[in-house]
Amino acid sequence: MSTVIGVVTFPGSLDDRDAVRAARLSGATAVRLWHADNDLHGVDAVILPGGFSYGDYLRCGAIARFAPVMESIADAARGGMPVLGVCNGFQILCEAHLLPGALTRNQHLHFRNRDQQLRVSSTGSAWTNAFAAGQELLIPVKNGEGRYVADARTLDELEAEDRVVARYVGVNPNGSMRDIAAIRNEAGNVVGIMPHPEHAVEELTGPSVDGLGFFTSVLKHLAGAPSLQPAATA
Amino acid sequence: MARVVVDVMLKPEILDPAGQAVANALPRLGITRVSSVRIGKRIEIEFAGEPDLDQAHRIADKLLANLVIEDFTVRVEETAPAATP
Repeated sequence: MSTVIGVVTFPGSLDDRDAVRAARLSGATAVRLWHADNDLHGVDAVILPGGFSYGDYLRCGAIARFAPVMESIADAARGGMPVLGVCNGFQILCEAHLLPGALTRNQHLHFRNRDQQLRVSSTGSAWTNAFAAGQELLIPVKNGEGRYVADARTLDELEAEDRVVARYVGVNPNGSMRDIAAIRNEAGNVVGIMPHPEHAVEELTGPSVDGLGFFTSVLKHLAGAPSLQPAATA
Repeated sequence: MARVVVDVMLKPEILDPAGQAVANALPRLGITRVSSVRIGKRIEIEFAGEPDLDQAHRIADKLLANLVIEDFTVRVEETAPAATP
């Protein structure tokens, strides 16, 4: 049976269709989840896509965090279900306290939209196990509030526990502390990333197909970790 | 009638590039003695009936402020009775 990845649509999501397409190209079955429906429909993993959920009023992700679907996702994430938050999804995961820190206004105040070089620094997550440590990727970044911020102790902990998943290489597009582009939780099933792997899955439209590795990683993780699934669907 | 006012500010150690942009514009007004500008949010909450500070505090803590990067204060503000049109 094929692995099923659910992609959530919030009002204001933009990249949900691209995320569905990326999941399918990687070999998964992709289904759409709706923000107002707290039923996860038995999916094996969840993607929170980029966009401007609920208009990003108040703070990015602040209102989406209280969507009915997020309650189920938070429970499932604590039970080990893989969850990937991209851009606005990363912001939502931080607002929901599933990941530490916060994403704030880009240091230079400009929206940045460019192809970005990244270096994978942790392959110990459900979403990066198909990469080699230190592997460089070229993936689009597009954000206005993507500057990762946390206190020094949290940053030290993330580094000491191998929880910085990827860093910007060359130019830091938003002033993120310690060049952080992506982080994971302790268990490694929850990953937040500011650049967009789902936009780098086809030669025709992306700068590379480096993004596919995130999605094939989760398939590999789920194939090798059936024990996680009962908790995930409970 | 009373309303509850919540002020949310970025913590002092969090960079506020928008505030810096405003500070940098002040010399164009001929103002040169301002050393720092920081931007926050003011949220006005009106309750049906008496204002409930505990609930306002909960709203601020859970939703209005992200305590990772922001602090907040909650206070009751007395307002003049609505003027008759």
